[in-house]
Amino acid sequence: MATRDFTAHESHAHAAPQGFIRKYVFSLDHKVIGLQYYFLALTAVFVGMFLSLLMRIHLIWPTASIPLLGEIKPETYLTLLTMHGTIMVFFVLTTAPQGGFGNYFLPIQIGAADMAFPVLNMLSFWVTLLGYLVMLSAFFVAGGAPLHGWTGYPPLSAVPSAGPGEGLGADLWVTSIALFCIGALMSALNFITTTLDMRAKGMTLMRMPLTCWAWFVTAILGLLAFGVLFSAGILLLLDRNAGTSFYVPLVVVNGQMVGHKGGSPLLWQHLFWFFGHPEVYIAILPAMGLCSQLLSVFSRKPIFGYKAMVYAILAIGLLGFMVWGHHMFMSGMSPYTAFAFSIMTMAIGVPSAIKTFNWLGTLWGGRIRFASPMLFAIGFVSLFVSGGISGPFLAQPVLDIPLHDTAFVTGHFHLIMGVASIFGIFAATYYWFPKMFGRMMNERLAQAHFWLTFIGTYCIFMPMHYAGMAGQPRRYSQFTTLHYLEKLIPLNEFITFAAFVTIAAQFIFVFNLFWSMKAGKKAADNPWEATTLEWITATPPPHDNFGGQTPVVYNGPYEYSVPGAPKDYVMQTDPSIVAAAH
Amino acid sequence: MATFPTTVPVDVEPITGRGGAAPPSRRSDGGDGNGGPFDYGSAAFELRLRRARLGMIVAISAIAMIFVSFTSAYVVRQGLPTIDPRTGTLVHDWLPVRLPPLLLLNTLVLLVSSVTMELSRRQIAREAAGTVAASAQHANRSQISWLALTIALGLAFLGAQLVAWRELAATGFYLATSPSSSFVYLLTGMHGIHLLGAVFVLLFAGAAAIVGKPIATRVVILDVTGWYWHFMAILWVYVFCLMKFAR
Repeated sequence: MATRDFTAHESHAHAAPQGFIRKYVFSLDHKVIGLQYYFLALTAVFVGMFLSLLMRIHLIWPTASIPLLGEIKPETYLTLLTMHGTIMVFFVLTTAPQGGFGNYFLPIQIGAADMAFPVLNMLSFWVTLLGYLVMLSAFFVAGGAPLHGWTGYPPLSAVPSAGPGEGLGADLWVTSIALFCIGALMSALNFITTTLDMRAKGMTLMRMPLTCWAWFVTAILGLLAFGVLFSAGILLLLDRNAGTSFYVPLVVVNGQMVGHKGGSPLLWQHLFWFFGHPEVYIAILPAMGLCSQLLSVFSRKPIFGYKAMVYAILAIGLLGFMVWGHHMFMSGMSPYTAFAFSIMTMAIGVPSAIKTFNWLGTLWGGRIRFASPMLFAIGFVSLFVSGGISGPFLAQPVLDIPLHDTAFVTGHFHLIMGVASIFGIFAATYYWFPKMFGRMMNERLAQAHFWLTFIGTYCIFMPMHYAGMAGQPRRYSQFTTLHYLEKLIPLNEFITFAAFVTIAAQFIFVFNLFWSMKAGKKAADNPWEATTLEWITATPPPHDNFGGQTPVVYNGPYEYSVPGAPKDYVMQTDPSIVAAAH
Repeated sequence: MATFPTTVPVDVEPITGRGGAAPPSRRSDGGDGNGGPFDYGSAAFELRLRRARLGMIVAISAIAMIFVSFTSAYVVRQGLPTIDPRTGTLVHDWLPVRLPPLLLLNTLVLLVSSVTMELSRRQIAREAAGTVAASAQHANRSQISWLALTIALGLAFLGAQLVAWRELAATGFYLATSPSSSFVYLLTGMHGIHLLGAVFVLLFAGAAAIVGKPIATRVVILDVTGWYWHFMAILWVYVFCLMKFAR
């Protein structure tokens, strides 16, 4: 292809490792590590999805007997809830967009041959995998997995006698989180150094694709947030096993006085949410970056307001550290503090709105190609708006207090953090699959997958808002016997049926993924006619990404429909036309 | 109707960012790209050093966050009252810890080790420059001493921290005695683990010298470990002051 003859100078070519183990298992290649993260997240998402299905079944048929599990008891329901949340947040939403696609495409998009520290990169993955295995092992120990929710509030999480699963299971849970933190910190270190120090010649910061900006800011958030969660976890482990009283007050648990005094459960909540709120952005920022990229590529237009997008990402990252208190309005907080957190939270609406309007501005007047990655990107914008609009409601203590422990919040965060981020992962998969595996995914299956998932997730999570406003509590294992919620049973049945259909639709995706690896149509080097650096190299990229050459960058990443250009897109490495826009 | 120019001026030289970097090395011990050898002072060496330093700054900020969170927990926990079940009144369970005097000596040891670390860092850079100038590979045995001294001081500090723990326990302050003593063990332990990591890296650097690894690699290792070591010394002074003056 003509795009291949980019300006380049010779550089040393690395010998690719030989042998299966060095090449695919203990690989130092960021592309292999990215795929390892991706497939780790793929197995995790199915575990998490299966757990959520069990919860939905239990909610409408509380006495149903599940094969192998029997009847789900209230404590089992809480176990399902805890592990669903933990696995989804850590091992799917944090792992796939950043560890998976970030690892694979950040070095290529900035024109580097690998991450800055390949050995550290490999270690990050293996520590994360170890954390995942420790997390799963909690299911199989005496007492089973913990039931303290993904937020792990003490004293429930800190007192082993507080319930089944709070013994060894909870220790494994905390250990797994601590391991995950270590892996995430090492990974963040790599991302930051790579972005700052390894960009190709001409790849200024303001010429980076927005995907790279998003990965970069996400890494900074991870670097500052995961250390705090790690510390909080260490204190929790000490409270659980060494008799200290950081979090546990003098309290009666299960009829027994605990051997602690003076600790504060609120201390955990502050530390946890100081991590927990940036974590929301760690999950969603990569999807935002990707969405910006795709809307531009498939509208054949430059992104609307590139600089505004960059500053909005930075503003969201900064404000994300100042709003953790809005998770704790219910926990007891001075009204003045709550007011400050409330104001800061609503302030995040400003950069979020900037991004949303810029996405719409990008679509406006574009020659839109409705390929599957584009559908998922538009779906992301839709979910981001639908889920985000309830944010300013919940940001106000006076509204949050009645809504906080209801299904309203479940609906809110699943739309904006869960499904929106998952849509980002789907969009990334459909968009980059040709580059990663050299073949195209089946477009017809992809479109079916999109429509079923898009409509399905709305059917699941929109009604939850109404159920919440009607007073349906969250985390309750059973409410069919509550008189005032009787009228909500048909609505909940509808949600569960929608969940069945949506989950079934995911098998279309998995089938498409593996079938297309073997039998998909051969992909060209640049099937989407995009401009960024991953599309100038071979498919799949060679071991050092650019086949012994280093690209030189002349243009910004979104030069579409440039007046006077021979084609409707100008590669970043194309020196012949320098876009008039700059 | 608007007219667009059919051609636009061509800017041949791209704007140069921080980039222009050669591909990274796959291995930790040289053989880097850029076509050139990985010698002291070469472009590949400068690149590796710059990257390692940047990575170290980032790593240090992550470790700092761990101690920032411990500090915030320390301050919050110190101010918390608890209910005395016998009287039903609110009391404070934070017992001020009398730190073992040994810790003052330890502080001195670590500060001195920071100086020897710096001497070792400069020494190997000089040695490497000398090797390049003379283009001879003769190893200067007397030069390893600053490194060895730093390792010895680091180990002495860690050993004496253990002794200080025993002294503290002898006065009745165990890990769970009071939140104040919990924090003393936690902060000293966490700092000790991080310093132990640096001691292992220095041992590795010493072993690398003995088995004849390229000197440029050792320069990079000692350089960034030096930064880390200074950070550990500053961090210890901070932790010590926190325990001493905010008890």
